[in-house]
Amino acid sequence: MSVYETQGFRLDNSGRRVVVDPVTRIEGHLRCEVNIDSNNVIRNAVSSGTMWRGIETILKGRDPRDAWAFTQRICGVCTGVHALVSVRTVEDALGIRIPENANIIRNLMHATLYAQDHLVHFYHLHAMDWVDVPDALKADPRETSAIAQKISRWPNSSPGYFRDVQNRLKKFVESGQLGPFANGYWGNASYRLPSAVNLLAVTHYLEALDFQKDIVKIQTIFGGKNPHPNWLVGGVPCAINIDGDLAAGAPLNMERLNFVSEIIDRTIAFIDQVYIPDLIAIASFYKDWLYGSGLSGKNVLAYGEFPDRANNYHPDNLLLPRGAIVDGNLSEVHPVDLRNPEEIKEYVVHSWYRYPDETKGLHPWDGVTDPHYVLGKNAKGTPTNIQELDEEGKYSFIKAPRWNGHAMEVGPLARWIVGYVSKKSEFKEPVDDLLGKLGLPVSALFSTLGRTAARGLEASWAAHKMRYFHDRLMANIRGGDTSTANTEKWEPSTWPRECKGVGFGEAPRGALAHWIRIRQEKIDNYQAVVPTTWNASPRDPKGQIGAYEAALLNTPLSNPKEPLEILRTLHSFDPCLACSTHIMGPAGEPLHTVKVC
Amino acid sequence: MEDNHQPQRGKRILVLGIGNLLWADEGFGVRAVESFDRSYIFPDSVVLMDGGTQGLLLLPHVQESTHLLIFDAVDFGQAPGTMVLRRNEEVPAYLHSGKMSLHQTGFQEVLLLSDLLGGRPPEMALVGLQPEDWDTFGGELTALARERIPAAMDLAIKVLDEWGVFATPRPNGVSENILFPRALLSSR
Repeated sequence: MSVYETQGFRLDNSGRRVVVDPVTRIEGHLRCEVNIDSNNVIRNAVSSGTMWRGIETILKGRDPRDAWAFTQRICGVCTGVHALVSVRTVEDALGIRIPENANIIRNLMHATLYAQDHLVHFYHLHAMDWVDVPDALKADPRETSAIAQKISRWPNSSPGYFRDVQNRLKKFVESGQLGPFANGYWGNASYRLPSAVNLLAVTHYLEALDFQKDIVKIQTIFGGKNPHPNWLVGGVPCAINIDGDLAAGAPLNMERLNFVSEIIDRTIAFIDQVYIPDLIAIASFYKDWLYGSGLSGKNVLAYGEFPDRANNYHPDNLLLPRGAIVDGNLSEVHPVDLRNPEEIKEYVVHSWYRYPDETKGLHPWDGVTDPHYVLGKNAKGTPTNIQELDEEGKYSFIKAPRWNGHAMEVGPLARWIVGYVSKKSEFKEPVDDLLGKLGLPVSALFSTLGRTAARGLEASWAAHKMRYFHDRLMANIRGGDTSTANTEKWEPSTWPRECKGVGFGEAPRGALAHWIRIRQEKIDNYQAVVPTTWNASPRDPKGQIGAYEAALLNTPLSNPKEPLEILRTLHSFDPCLACSTHIMGPAGEPLHTVKVC
Repeated sequence: MEDNHQPQRGKRILVLGIGNLLWADEGFGVRAVESFDRSYIFPDSVVLMDGGTQGLLLLPHVQESTHLLIFDAVDFGQAPGTMVLRRNEEVPAYLHSGKMSLHQTGFQEVLLLSDLLGGRPPEMALVGLQPEDWDTFGGELTALARERIPAAMDLAIKVLDEWGVFATPRPNGVSENILFPRALLSSR
């Protein structure tokens, strides 16, 4: 048993332990354990990645031009992000400059991912933490229709439309096969939406599901396939032949570009007329559920994203902001230098890796990925069937990254806080507008709800940026520029004997960077520090906790057998882990199982 | 697809292998559809797909088909190696979650959501194998599961036959026709 204080939090692991553990082994590698006190308030939280990633090891000795294809497989959810950052990393190392069109197409694909990923997260991975699906059956469709027409001009809003959805849902529920809705804590007292709003949200769950598959067609058009589209060191692999007929080698013609434009219009309309009004409508019933602040009001980090002009990664050229805020001092945004060996360091004292000296962190260029799986001495269970982790020993395959020694939160909220305090109107105005509509102070941003709200605002921002980049692409093409790749330094004989590089970006779920060392045409070392490494980080040598651990603290569970509150807060980070929860009783017997993502 | 038969007008048949290749007999569905592709030539109306563990990404492909044939490893409480053929309304229940295949939680959702969005394929069939081993993470198919692939293909041929689709044996056993799921590009 131990009690200690860190970063303004008090950790006490003496209370009853609740284990939140994955079952699925497809993508699910997140495990979470909390201790609750006699009032069912979380007093200690332990976040663990239980699966070895190993991409860094796989990459050693390979051709750096292939790295994107391997790193992209780190995640099938935010697909493309690792590939984008990987090609930037190799281009940085080799001094390769890409054509403007390649930069625009990359940005367009990336903004597309933001819109699609945020939309899917809100409706399909997170909404059911706030929306009681079966309760929608009790709604009066006329009431739902009246609400829908009041909050939006989205056309699908007649009483008959909602009645039809309700009837289909009724048949579905009566069949007993609830499918995606099978694991909800339906009827839990902490669901607060009126039935009419539940029906609205369920209807839009289905509309969003039908629509999101159209958005990703943009990835397929430019990248050849989805998930895991194709990328290229030096540009993008899609040639433009504006009058062509899609003959081999030139997938972009006028018909395809017009099709992309049409999808962009529908994406903007859906996000602005459905997602955002729904977000506000739902949030208005949860205005006092402002738990989950964690590190968000203290330490946040953003690398910046969307270089407006090609080959310029200076913050002034990045459309999403770059910077770090520490110790809650919102009046100062610190510059971030990914090359500085003192700024970003990864620690492994509580991670299942080995360093020669684990009291010290290593900068990713000098990073070591040497697995060392050993449980702490107070862990319960066996190495292949852990019952309880021991957070005083090693407890995660995730390393503990720190920026200037601080644990940091990354993600849409981090980006929007940096944008907000930098007084950039395109971030500040939508936030102030949203807070005004909800009648909430700025401090309300630092919460689970704030994370969810920032993601929604960013989805709209990204949808409009899709239009911006498509317009620029069309202007370039009209001006006669159809170049999409620079192959001057494609041949390894043109490369220096030894070099190193760093590439960064912002995945939908947060700051992402890759570091590479190239030696004699092969990868000598490769390290990726991903958003979930920051957010799901275990403790460091000083005992500092990561963003997930911090955000769960001091949250009351209305019913520990139905840990809706844990799900809300973990989901608000959009973890790139399909995970399931097992709630164990004090003696380790399962009390309940629920699929999380 | 090679066009050695008249295309079946209006029919869109999806033959989908689902499962995890890195997880012993969990990979049965994918291996079966690969073998199916190497063994037969199909008319244009048939698409063979490695569905892997893609879950919701398969939804548009399911929605766009009139006939869906699934190869999968399913726990239905029989002796390892037993094959089962189930149809239509029975299919989602067999793809239920719980102690059965974990990825199938995802695929049952796909079928039910397809229904909720306005209709699942009118004709569905599941060719399932009772696996011997689905605990060995990183393992390949057991010898027993490998031996059952021809039986699975025979069941699938029988179903396709009933659907009025005729496959012919492929002489050289080499093909690259199998598709991976990708966003459908047709305009609405």
